[in-house]
Amino acid sequence: MPEVFSSVLARDLKLASRRRIDALLPLAFFIVAISLFPLGVGPEPGMLRDMAPGVVWVCALLASMLSVGSLFAGDHADGSLEQMLLAPQSAMALAAAKCTAHWLVTGLPLIVATPLVGLLFDMSGPALAALVAGLVLGTPILSLLGALGAALTLGLRSGGMLLILIVLPLAIPALIFGAGAVGTIEAGMSASGHFSLLGALLITTAIGVPPAIAAALRISTE
Amino acid sequence: MNLQGLRLYTFAAPSRFYWLTGWLIPLCWLVCLGFAAAGLYIGFFVAPTDATQGDAYRIIFIHVPTAWMSMVLYLVMAFWAGIGWAFNARMASMLARAIAPTGAMFTFLALWTGAIWGKPTWGTWWVWDARLTTELILLFLYLGYIALINAIDDQRRADQAGALLALVGSVNVPIIYFSVKWWNTLHQGASVSVTKGSSMASTMLLAMLLMAIACWAYAFAVVFMRARALTIERESHAGWVAELVQRRIAR
Amino acid sequence: MIWNSASEFFAMGGYGLYVWGSYVVCAAFMLTEPLLARHRHRQALRDAAAQSHDQEDQS
Repeated sequence: MPEVFSSVLARDLKLASRRRIDALLPLAFFIVAISLFPLGVGPEPGMLRDMAPGVVWVCALLASMLSVGSLFAGDHADGSLEQMLLAPQSAMALAAAKCTAHWLVTGLPLIVATPLVGLLFDMSGPALAALVAGLVLGTPILSLLGALGAALTLGLRSGGMLLILIVLPLAIPALIFGAGAVGTIEAGMSASGHFSLLGALLITTAIGVPPAIAAALRISTE
Repeated sequence: MNLQGLRLYTFAAPSRFYWLTGWLIPLCWLVCLGFAAAGLYIGFFVAPTDATQGDAYRIIFIHVPTAWMSMVLYLVMAFWAGIGWAFNARMASMLARAIAPTGAMFTFLALWTGAIWGKPTWGTWWVWDARLTTELILLFLYLGYIALINAIDDQRRADQAGALLALVGSVNVPIIYFSVKWWNTLHQGASVSVTKGSSMASTMLLAMLLMAIACWAYAFAVVFMRARALTIERESHAGWVAELVQRRIAR
Repeated sequence: MIWNSASEFFAMGGYGLYVWGSYVVCAAFMLTEPLLARHRHRQALRDAAAQSHDQEDQS
């Protein structure tokens, strides 16, 4: 099981490093989409500061969803996916490895780019720290849920939009706790409740979703 | 042969399900109309005018039942989809498929009536209170399920994928409700709720319950109707369907 | 009876548009849905009949 995990993870990371432009597209989308909001609602700094956490979280969500659709497509196309699903433990290891790879390639850049985005929105230091901390806990959740959606919609024509429709409602709790944490910090209170809930969400998702992804992969390849 | 087993599983066979529902549907309509008549009578002619909301509160007699149904039907749908997946039972999966559009409809009606109720009561066409917002997200969950099973051509894969999605959704509904409640109380302080406020007179409660039963019976009737259509569509190659069709032509 | 006249009943204390707007839409949906289901059922039976007809012709 660990061999499957590390080999799949290593391979996916290698593939991503070969297609660096493709791998950085979600980050580019993230920054462009975030920049649209001030253009749409006006440059008033107070309002921008208020909406910053929500905007960043929503754009992180969308950026994750857009890049997760092709998570299993390559392996499915060349037949290696069916091979890896033959043993039950390797199916879960595969799911975990794919999610980890997705988070490293998509989630981590978003987290790193967030302080820059915070500058665009004139966020205060503590608020920015809360935002980044929330994203550190939340982006893995998004990768896990996105992978589930990708597994369910594997090979379907309308896959991309369908995936977003399926996964977004499930991601709403993470969005609420993550963006809410920043608002609480800005109001001068402690956000420990938010972070605890986000952490609990991460743990339950990390435990419960990989088996579901494995089941979904089996359903989609039979 | 175990008689108990015979009774439990016998209607898992599409042909017997079809036969049984043929009898059940008219009964369900009768129950629905009867309870609706009683509920609406009590709601409109017996229950008094509310002190704070005037007569606008009477929307509650359709709003609350539709909201209850939307949530119950999602769980029932997930249950049957899960049974269909676990036991490879086609009929259970068909039943889940039949429930989805009705559940989505009830969710939409709960949102519609909730919005209309909000206008005279709170002054806006929409209130982001915890319950209404959860209903909105529930509508998205229904739409996602319907979209997924319709996007997959292979029936068996569609049934199973839908079951997984519905079960994951069911687990998430309490989490979503909790998080939305959290979000709501933090952002609005004193939460504006469409159901908080006026205390329920017993006649109001009675009318609400009668309407809820009427909606239950309605749901049974329509879901069975749709399930029968689905059964014919999917089992069109089966012998019993050919016989059934011959008998109809002969008439 | 709490309404003194039919016009009072329809006015619903000034909220008539809201109350009836809700109930009429609900009634519309709850009448259309079973009709659609019945139509689907009939269509399915027709298609099944056509299928068995084709099979008979072929055999």
